[in-house]
Amino acid sequence: MSILGTRVIRTEDPRLLTSGGVYVDDLREPELAGAVRATFVRSPVAHALITGIDAAAALEQPGVVAVLTVADMTDMPDQVPPEPEPEGVPPAEGPMPLGGLWAEPLLAVDRVRFVGEPVALVLTDSTYQGEDAAELVSVDYEPLPAVASIEAALAGESLLFPEAGKNVCVQGRGEVSDDSIFDGCEVIVEGDVVNQRVACLPLEGRSTAAAWVDGKLTVWASTQNAQIARLIVTAIGLPPEAIRVVAPDVGGGFGAKIGIDRESIVVAWAAKHTGRPVRWVETRSENLVAMTQGRAQRHHIKIGGSKDGHIKAYRLDVVQDTGAYPRMSGFLPMLTNLMAPGVYDIPAVQAGYKVVVTDATPIAAYRGAGRPEAAATIERAVDWYAAEAGVDPALVRRLNFIKNDQFPFVTKTGAPYDTGDYEGALDKVLAAAGYDELRAEQRRRREAGDTRQLGIGLASYVEITAADGAAGETAKVEVHDDGTATVYTGSSAHGQGHHTAFAMIVTSELGIPMDKIEVIHGDTDLIPDGIGTYASRSLQLGGSAVHKAAIEVKDEAAKRAAELFEAAETDVVLDADTGTWHIAGDPDKSLTWSQVVAAADQGLIVANVRFTADRPTFPFGTHLSLVEVDTETGKVTLLRHVTADDAGPVLNPILLEGQRHGGIAQGAAQALCEEILYDSDGNPLTSTLADYAAITAAELPSFELLTSETPTPGNPLGVKGIGEAGTIGATPAVHNAVIDAVSHLGVRHIDMPMTPERVWTAIQKAKANAQ
Amino acid sequence: MKVELTVNGKDITAEVEDRTLLVHFLRDTADLTATNIGCDTTSCGACTVLLDGESVKSCTVLAAQADGREVTTLEGLADGSGEMHPVQRAFHTEHGLQCGYCTPGMVMAIVSLLRENPSPTEAEVRDGLEGNICRCTGYHNIVRAALTAAASSAQGAQ
Repeated sequence: MSILGTRVIRTEDPRLLTSGGVYVDDLREPELAGAVRATFVRSPVAHALITGIDAAAALEQPGVVAVLTVADMTDMPDQVPPEPEPEGVPPAEGPMPLGGLWAEPLLAVDRVRFVGEPVALVLTDSTYQGEDAAELVSVDYEPLPAVASIEAALAGESLLFPEAGKNVCVQGRGEVSDDSIFDGCEVIVEGDVVNQRVACLPLEGRSTAAAWVDGKLTVWASTQNAQIARLIVTAIGLPPEAIRVVAPDVGGGFGAKIGIDRESIVVAWAAKHTGRPVRWVETRSENLVAMTQGRAQRHHIKIGGSKDGHIKAYRLDVVQDTGAYPRMSGFLPMLTNLMAPGVYDIPAVQAGYKVVVTDATPIAAYRGAGRPEAAATIERAVDWYAAEAGVDPALVRRLNFIKNDQFPFVTKTGAPYDTGDYEGALDKVLAAAGYDELRAEQRRRREAGDTRQLGIGLASYVEITAADGAAGETAKVEVHDDGTATVYTGSSAHGQGHHTAFAMIVTSELGIPMDKIEVIHGDTDLIPDGIGTYASRSLQLGGSAVHKAAIEVKDEAAKRAAELFEAAETDVVLDADTGTWHIAGDPDKSLTWSQVVAAADQGLIVANVRFTADRPTFPFGTHLSLVEVDTETGKVTLLRHVTADDAGPVLNPILLEGQRHGGIAQGAAQALCEEILYDSDGNPLTSTLADYAAITAAELPSFELLTSETPTPGNPLGVKGIGEAGTIGATPAVHNAVIDAVSHLGVRHIDMPMTPERVWTAIQKAKANAQ
Repeated sequence: MKVELTVNGKDITAEVEDRTLLVHFLRDTADLTATNIGCDTTSCGACTVLLDGESVKSCTVLAAQADGREVTTLEGLADGSGEMHPVQRAFHTEHGLQCGYCTPGMVMAIVSLLRENPSPTEAEVRDGLEGNICRCTGYHNIVRAALTAAASSAQGAQ
């Protein structure tokens, strides 16, 4: 029986549970002996000109090795390297506005554009000395008016990049204003939906260590892709072979550790510049102002349809706040546009976007990266329309779903959906949740005028994963003559369980036991070619690559086995349950992997492959959230969260469930409590975990997960991505649930996060309007 | 100043700066790196250790305050034969960890919680873990691990 589909507990865990992982700050490599600590001096103002930097007082402090500014970077090439294009589809129309006028310098040159922007680097013998000395670096700022909101950016009174002449850095598809698509609609809803700025918040912040030894730079980075992180050498002006990047244990990423940030490049440069090994581990206060953040879109929507729940037209206009420097910002709203109509067959859809710079922390990928924003808004819009039409939101979804026999289906926005069973996922969730009973209880409480009202929120979503399947992923599988196997993957785990999953694939194909399979990732000397982990791509591309390599190894081994058996290759079979080779029909004669591999050149059978996919995959599902809202205080309690998330055949249910759990929590967090806030001068108000309302166990229930498996033809495993399903489905389900709880009071929309204050205020306003 | 601590049963004496935090003492002086730092406001719990058997956030305790006292970190939790503690075992079987960064603090917080309340309800576990942030698991399997560990300890005691 195949191990695939079974609940295999992780091989990664015993080490993490007994001695702890080895993250960058834990490394005790000899090359890092005596490493100095890097502390960044960061801008305390949102927008200003730098008129002077004086490091004299800092340099007199004990333990200070150097204070470095952009003036010291005389050994650097001029330009900043381009960001990788991580999340898939190449920009069809919106350009990636990278470099040029909008370039992000490594250290501030003569202007700062957000609180937290790195201005100088202090190197000291110890961490505490670094914090002391950094405070003594005196920087003169001449303040400029801050652009602290999308509105301020669009007003254009103050410009971040005066030479650009505007704050709009990307204009996507043209303004859409053809209102004729709504002609004949009996019910039309129009409004603004904010998808607020949130922190990615991996528990380990960013960290980088670097050593320059004999003309080669070794960099240990907390990254989602060591191979792409080699961009460091381009930035420093070294040849590609002059760097080795190692990703040790990585304490979470969620999109914010794709590629490499300017701080890591500066740390690597400092190691080369000073000849001393350097280690940088950011504090949480730094992390919350300087690690890229997510979402930050403002949507204007219009949706129309018939009185009986048939949607006729939908329009989505996106403004992306990209923060101070455009990173993947042309790309995120383009994905939001692509996925705008979600799971619905809507006859007319228009979508457009523009991107603005603001004096705030740069925005990049966060678990879902452009797709959660699309799902959040279409699902909100559908509920809004359903409420206005007076039709049950489950029925509206059912009426407008793309039907099973319509796949493959190309949406009006051009998304080529592969497979789906949207109604099946909805039915499963409604049945498991007891939808009719919940509605009955809701009615009872409404009629009783209960202060604790029940809200039922639905979200049916589809998302795009492995959109960059053409880039594919690499794998090398080696079987040794002692019967062990080694798997080298270009994918890059940071909690997902790659080592367990990939070993399961190999053991399933080759019958070599799990405990004889070692999986290695994240070392560019061992794995020069790789793409990494993001966009829910790892199993479908990285796993398929491992699968392909294992099959090639098996084919090669069959030749060796045939020679040993003196039989025809076609007569040789591998018993994958026992890992032994036989002649078909003769189970008595057998060879072990050791014997077969010993007959190969150098006692080794190797396959080195790249798997590419010619199409993205489209996982889907339905989430139902049940909340209780205290109408006197506005407090929301999340009671239940029931989901059917379909990402194709399940390799290991434990890993799949873990991905869903984590995503649901992050999605619920965005709906209920998390938001990065700035005041009108661009000062961050949520720069510590005491201020940023990260969700905790006490605010969440256990989740109820249902299974649904619709394979894709896009890869041999039939799998789609599951990493981002949770955030994509949960945010609108919780959002809709809270509004549903108070809709009978006249509330139609509340923006996220739905804090008690916001919910209470919405109730008061609705009551006032009703009077 | 000079401090003397017993860490995981081993006496460690060292000269440290007065302001040295316990977490830095553990990581840099005792060279025990399982205990992680996740914030700077005592909010995340990644640095949770046991001080004289009770959980504390070691970023909010000075090494000087721990002078003469006993500290247990994740590395000291397994018994002498290397057998995992029931909480560690439950984290493994229930998939209570992903990236592993919050895990040492979570495990120590749960060990302490179960000492105070050996058979907690789910709600009690959730409230008890309010000071520990995990970004990967959505807490679902961490809570299950705590309840599983409680059940297995209760079974072991019978």
